[in-house]
Amino acid sequence: MVLSGNAGQTTAEEFEQSLKTNAQKLVEHLEEGDYKEAVMVIHAINQARDRGLYYEVGKLTRALHNSIISFQLDTARSFGSEHGEHSKIADASDRLDYVVRLTDKAANRTMDLVESSAPVVSQLGQEAAALREEWKRLQRREMTAEEFRNLSRSIMDFLERSEKHSAEVSSNLNDILMAQDYQDLTGQVIKRVITLVHDVEESLLNLVRMAGQVDRIAGIQHELPDPEERKSASQAEGPQIHADKRDDVVSGQDEVDDLLSSLGF
Amino acid sequence: MKILIVDDFSTMRRIIKNLLRDLGFTNTAEADDGTTALPMLQHGNFDFLVTDWNMPGMSGIDLLRAVRADERLKTLPVLMVTAEAKRDQIIEAAQAGVNGYVVKPFTAQALKEKIEKVFERIEAK
Repeated sequence: MVLSGNAGQTTAEEFEQSLKTNAQKLVEHLEEGDYKEAVMVIHAINQARDRGLYYEVGKLTRALHNSIISFQLDTARSFGSEHGEHSKIADASDRLDYVVRLTDKAANRTMDLVESSAPVVSQLGQEAAALREEWKRLQRREMTAEEFRNLSRSIMDFLERSEKHSAEVSSNLNDILMAQDYQDLTGQVIKRVITLVHDVEESLLNLVRMAGQVDRIAGIQHELPDPEERKSASQAEGPQIHADKRDDVVSGQDEVDDLLSSLGF
Repeated sequence: MKILIVDDFSTMRRIIKNLLRDLGFTNTAEADDGTTALPMLQHGNFDFLVTDWNMPGMSGIDLLRAVRADERLKTLPVLMVTAEAKRDQIIEAAQAGVNGYVVKPFTAQALKEKIEKVFERIEAK
């Protein structure tokens, strides 16, 4: 009996090639009425299929293993042991947590400083307005000598306070500026996580490709969920990054207002 | 005027609280999702609700629906302040009975306008 395809490892392509040639042989044997040879061919096809399957599953397993190693996935911990290497994914989560903490701190620090500056500035404004009214009275010569003495004292006090409060607000502004240093730190962290996400994506695609070969030989077909059905309207998506490229998304408050008014709001 | 601010991020609650204070609304309370907000609304005599959409636990749209389904709360004015910007979502919120919709990031001016508009419409009724 002569069979196409090598006897060793068989890849999906080689298996398909041998399937084609062997199928022709099978038909020939059947037409000749040589059932013994026909059964041998069927047996050979099965063997080639099995070898191909083992080979592809082996490749898939190795690739999966490599991915686990390269991302230091914490298999030990998920199997109940406490001593596992800190995985890259867990590390990325920690890093993103750090970003959340840092931005939260910066936002609160900035708001603290704004909240402590606002009343100082508003008080200075009120005092200046009151003094200006008094000054107008002086210009209209409606002021007694005693009142004028009081006014000059008030002006002197006000100038002193202005000096002190300006320094205070100016120092707060400086601190607000410094509180923006999170941008640099979080930017670096986020860039590293982006790189990791890319690596994971590539590795996953590689695994999917290999699993596809197994499916080809095994003849498995998957039912994919309809992409339209996966997202319902009330599913929150968070901030829109590409609002200008999507038709189903508004790109600002004006469009929200237009949409609502078209609905009778 | 007692206002409840619902957002899962404390910084956003603080920003809204500050903007409301600038507009003269000093009586505010905060909740971090719908699950904590709903009992507060049911027992707190609130006059106005400002809520985010995307929150863990109970989302803003579910909170809005729960408010509209509650006999005592169903007329409470609700302003949604959210990053959710899909047309379908805005329509969904409108159908659920929202009184105003502000998309993040927003300006102090936009928030002020929407709040004033909500109250204008209530007074006109």
